Amino acid sequence: MLSFLVSRLLSAAIVVLGVSCLVFLFIHIVPGDPVEVMLGESARPADREALRQALGLDQPLLTQMGHYYSNLFQLDLGTSLYSQRPIVEMLMERIPATAELAFAALVVAMVIAFPLGVLAAVRKGSRWDQGAMGLSLVGVSIPNFLMGPLLILLFSLWLGWFPVSGREGFASLVLPALTLGTAMAAILSRMVRATLLETLHEDYIRTARAKGLSESVVVWRHAMRNALLPVITLLGLQLGTLLGGAVITEVVFSWPGLGQLTIEAIQRRDYPVVQACVLLISFTYVVVNTLTDLVYGWLDPRVRLEGGR
Amino acid sequence: MTETLLSVRDLKTWFSTGGGTVRAVDGISFDIKRGETFALLGESGCGKSMTSLSVMQLVPQPAGEIVSGQVLLQGEDLLQLPEAAMRDIRGDRIAMIFQEPMTSLNPVLTVGQQIGESLKQHKGLKGAAARARILELLDAVGIPAPQSRIDEYPHQLSGGMKQRVMIAIALAGEPDLLIADEPTTALDVTIQAQVLVLLRELQRKTGMSIMLITHDLGVVAEMADRVAVMYAGQIVEEASRAQFFAEPAHPYSRKLFESLPSMEKRDRALDIIRGSVPSLATEFKGCRFENRCDFAWPPCRDVIPQWHRCAEGHGVRCHLMDEALAATRPNDVAQEADELVAPRSVAVGNELLVVNDLKVHFPIRKGLLKRVAGHVYAVDGVSLKIKQGQTLALVGESGCGKTTVGKGIIQLTRPTAGEVLFEGDDLNALRGERLRRRRKDFQLIFQDPFSSMNPRMMIGDIIEEGMVAQGVGGHRAQRRARVAQLLAHVGLAAEMLDRYPHEFSGGQRQRICIARALAVDPKLIVCDEPTSALDVSVQAQILNLLKELQNELGLSYLFITHNISVVAYLAHEVAVMYLGRIVERGTIGEVLDHPRHPYTQALLSAVPTIDPASQQEIVHLEGDLPSPINPPGGCHFHPRCPAAQPVCKTDYPAPLAVTHTHRVSCHFAQT
Repeated sequence: MLSFLVSRLLSAAIVVLGVSCLVFLFIHIVPGDPVEVMLGESARPADREALRQALGLDQPLLTQMGHYYSNLFQLDLGTSLYSQRPIVEMLMERIPATAELAFAALVVAMVIAFPLGVLAAVRKGSRWDQGAMGLSLVGVSIPNFLMGPLLILLFSLWLGWFPVSGREGFASLVLPALTLGTAMAAILSRMVRATLLETLHEDYIRTARAKGLSESVVVWRHAMRNALLPVITLLGLQLGTLLGGAVITEVVFSWPGLGQLTIEAIQRRDYPVVQACVLLISFTYVVVNTLTDLVYGWLDPRVRLEGGR
Repeated sequence: MTETLLSVRDLKTWFSTGGGTVRAVDGISFDIKRGETFALLGESGCGKSMTSLSVMQLVPQPAGEIVSGQVLLQGEDLLQLPEAAMRDIRGDRIAMIFQEPMTSLNPVLTVGQQIGESLKQHKGLKGAAARARILELLDAVGIPAPQSRIDEYPHQLSGGMKQRVMIAIALAGEPDLLIADEPTTALDVTIQAQVLVLLRELQRKTGMSIMLITHDLGVVAEMADRVAVMYAGQIVEEASRAQFFAEPAHPYSRKLFESLPSMEKRDRALDIIRGSVPSLATEFKGCRFENRCDFAWPPCRDVIPQWHRCAEGHGVRCHLMDEALAATRPNDVAQEADELVAPRSVAVGNELLVVNDLKVHFPIRKGLLKRVAGHVYAVDGVSLKIKQGQTLALVGESGCGKTTVGKGIIQLTRPTAGEVLFEGDDLNALRGERLRRRRKDFQLIFQDPFSSMNPRMMIGDIIEEGMVAQGVGGHRAQRRARVAQLLAHVGLAAEMLDRYPHEFSGGQRQRICIARALAVDPKLIVCDEPTSALDVSVQAQILNLLKELQNELGLSYLFITHNISVVAYLAHEVAVMYLGRIVERGTIGEVLDHPRHPYTQALLSAVPTIDPASQQEIVHLEGDLPSPINPPGGCHFHPRCPAAQPVCKTDYPAPLAVTHTHRVSCHFAQT
């Protein structure tokens, strides 16, 4: 188990380094100049040059990269070109908001998807199945930029139950979490249904029934844990995406999260911030994936015991 | 002993499908007495498994439905019980074990948890008391070191061990009736012998009845007190074991015996059952076997045969038993056994293939850097020869490396070392295009005809593909003509070439695979268990075809199999493999009649014979095949060998020539 963990973490570190390097190179290749964005097109060449020097943008690319990495290893992500604030500080402001939204959405998704998927699978072909899958189809079809405003219209403007935007207390979390969560639940419930159906046809389910176990024990104890395996992978991927910032939903609800920060930084050619955001996103992805693998190992003894392979 | 435990009366289990109602079980009745073993014998799709699932009321819902009948367990009709009450019967009074121990245990629960569940459900045992009982059960089914096995997961156990665990689960409820659905079909023959002995012992100790579902006449002969033969959803014959094996009465039962391959039948074609099982969606107006029966006459088509008693305890569903009706039957046209085509004269002694010291080792990689941490010694120094126009059978249990030998020879897996001389050229030395060109000389037929053809290709294209790849067979029209000819050759209609594989039965598919192999005019065909996925009657068809083709075309076969009776029928020479090495080889007569190696002796003795009177002593092998990653030192077989001596633990025995064709790798082969 330990060697499994170590090898996972090592490969995770390699991925994060690789991504940061690629991002650094790409953002310098892409056309656009932060100095121009900051000073405007009418600025004098001398001022531009001065600013460029001050920001270190006149140095050769390799030197800039060297600086970047030496700072990175000291956990110094630099300062924003635009606001001149330390980037670590900016990220620290945003991470809680994004994490809060991501986990809330995950909870919403699971609370909706599991009962729906299980019901549909156990009552396959019945009205329950058709209803659940119809609902999920609707969920998949409505994009977040439509779902968000619809929820705002209904619950904020008409019913006045929840605030329209911002992040002030639990009430403001409900609508963005619902927007993200229902979209996720739609895909997740289909997945739960499909894998559970497949599992219910396995020979060991027949064995369990032949033991005289009740149907609920058969489904929850014997089928569910096996059916969860592929679902866990999907959940991990989706959580990774959410933790990187749900750009559209954050914009719709003016949620002060990472997604919003990333978009702003890209628009301003704020290189260090973009780099930091991408780095954080890839880091989160890798961590969530590693965690997913560990949960997988916990659920499936066949993976666990093969250890470091 | 005489009390009836289970009585099934006119049971019908039907399935509604898109193609109409399938009468999987169509009015069957039988009794099982306390303490007896009742065998339900039949080929795939005859409804025998569905019968057992109906007794348990585990018929797949909602497609399947028990439409009528009674299942009386000591007089109580189980079909009238509500589901909750039925759950108290399942696993408690009637328990069940299944064919596939590999997939029948839940992979994420430990052995102990899976047995414990049953104890909790039916005996109310929990905690330490349950654990003690689980250990007792594991011990009772012959699992060594139960203390360490109880917390293991199914994938840590071998196939035979898993089936023992399944039996332990079944025993947990102390059932009156154990339904064993093909309990040894997925196991090797030496392991099968272990499991059958275990079942018999447990039956003797507990007095439970066993309902044994099987397709294997040998298993029936060893186990059953009474036999019922099922065909197309009905029981067509029921008898005591002695009656059945002495005088099978139904034409179908007789055919089953006649289609079994054996040494005595070598010089003629095997009897086959023509045609195929009728669709169970048809409404039968006469006998279900009529279209395949050699004895059929008009009443068979128009009148449904009744149950006739031909002796005490021996009943048959056949018009031949109805004396008044049988008197109207015209005399038989003399039936002759098909003669095989005389073998084409080929230069005997011409060695087509010579394999010297073939080794195929697979590296095991570990860690982040994928360092080689060891090897699987799948094939570890195999030498063999195949003469032109002859068949060499390679026999051994699963995991012994026989398939890898086949793949190594035809270079689908590149050997680690050794020589593969095909007509004098070393195939191991050929690379790239030269090897690819040479492939037309050696082809392969696989075990599973269902997965060895691309389901999106038409069979004409499947057969033609090899010709295109090898640039043989002329232009397209000529190739298509050749495909049609090949189809005819393997006994299929030429018009079938625009059909897809799923439109064919298993036996037909195997014929197509044979046609595919023949398309490039090979000299050698490696047949990897080509009949093990098929029913006996279909197996006979394929064996006949292979034999015919050999005689006609002078083909050589490397026939990889675990089935000794097929070897006896088909092969000229045989090599017995154990853990990557050949332990004995020689002509059929030498090896099968006078085996010298203790492993060969054990293997042969473990094969159930269909002669219940034979007092064959089974040489029981302890334990399982060891891992080829870490084979035992000295003679690989010594940990399981009943005759092992100290020298066997230290030295691998050199092959000893008993005659110029018979070689044995055993220190004590001479004695």
